[in-house]
Amino acid sequence: MKARVYVMLKNGVLDPQGEAVRHALGSLGFDGVEGVRQGKVIELDLAEGTTEATVTEMCEKLLANTVIESYKIELG
Amino acid sequence: MRAAVIVFPGSNCDRDLAVALERAGADVTMVWHKDTELPEGLDIVGVPGGFSFGDYLRCGAIAANSPICKSLIAHTERGGYALGVCNGFQILTETGILPGALRRNAGLKYICKTVGLRVENAETPFTAGYEVGQEIDIPIAHHDGNYFVTDEKLAQLKDEGRIAFTYTDNPNGSVADIAGVISKNRRVLGMMPHPERAADDGHGGTDGVAMFRSLMDQLATA
Repeated sequence: MKARVYVMLKNGVLDPQGEAVRHALGSLGFDGVEGVRQGKVIELDLAEGTTEATVTEMCEKLLANTVIESYKIELG
Repeated sequence: MRAAVIVFPGSNCDRDLAVALERAGADVTMVWHKDTELPEGLDIVGVPGGFSFGDYLRCGAIAANSPICKSLIAHTERGGYALGVCNGFQILTETGILPGALRRNAGLKYICKTVGLRVENAETPFTAGYEVGQEIDIPIAHHDGNYFVTDEKLAQLKDEGRIAFTYTDNPNGSVADIAGVISKNRRVLGMMPHPERAADDGHGGTDGVAMFRSLMDQLATA
């Protein structure tokens, strides 16, 4: 089975990389890009039967720094 | 003073930190990240700068979960001293020993230059050799030194006098210009600037020496 973990900076934490991408899109002529947030996607190959609770524990312990980041888990 | 400096794959300031501690009079042991125990009778642990584990995932995240860090956490919980510089500061926040997190620099660039720091609290074992408000020159070399804490936590850090150093001209976007933070018991200091790189005439500055001397004075009499 697979799990996909999305890690994003929390709302309210300034994302300078996202801001740089927003400026770059503007300079390419894409008007109306009001905000860009950049995060990461982590794909996990897991043994069958691994629970979402276990993946949550992985996020809390290592995959995300919950001081500044939030995460979302997709299983399957 | 008995000191240990932890070496991770990718550490590159470990020997500089060991030399600075030795020159202040410490007996220094290097400890590999896979070791599970710190040496007996240790006064202080140095967590050096560098790029542990290639900064993969997040700076310091993988190092913070290495075997030696369990011992480091236990050492600080027993009231042991620790100094984390640059990547070492990132590791101390990732272990939860110090609050906050270090984000990508606001200007997105790696910055390597000497910056001005203001001593905000001189009543700590690390900063007793400075005066409050004193300005010192210490080099920085980082891409992810943009310190973040919540407003609530920032208020707490201020109340508790836990901001050790601030930047005189904020280079990286850190909240409240914070360059270094100390634990509530004043025994764990984390800072992005490198005092061990301002510890010899050949470095072009010696403003870091007072920190290692302060520590020696504190720990030699402890």
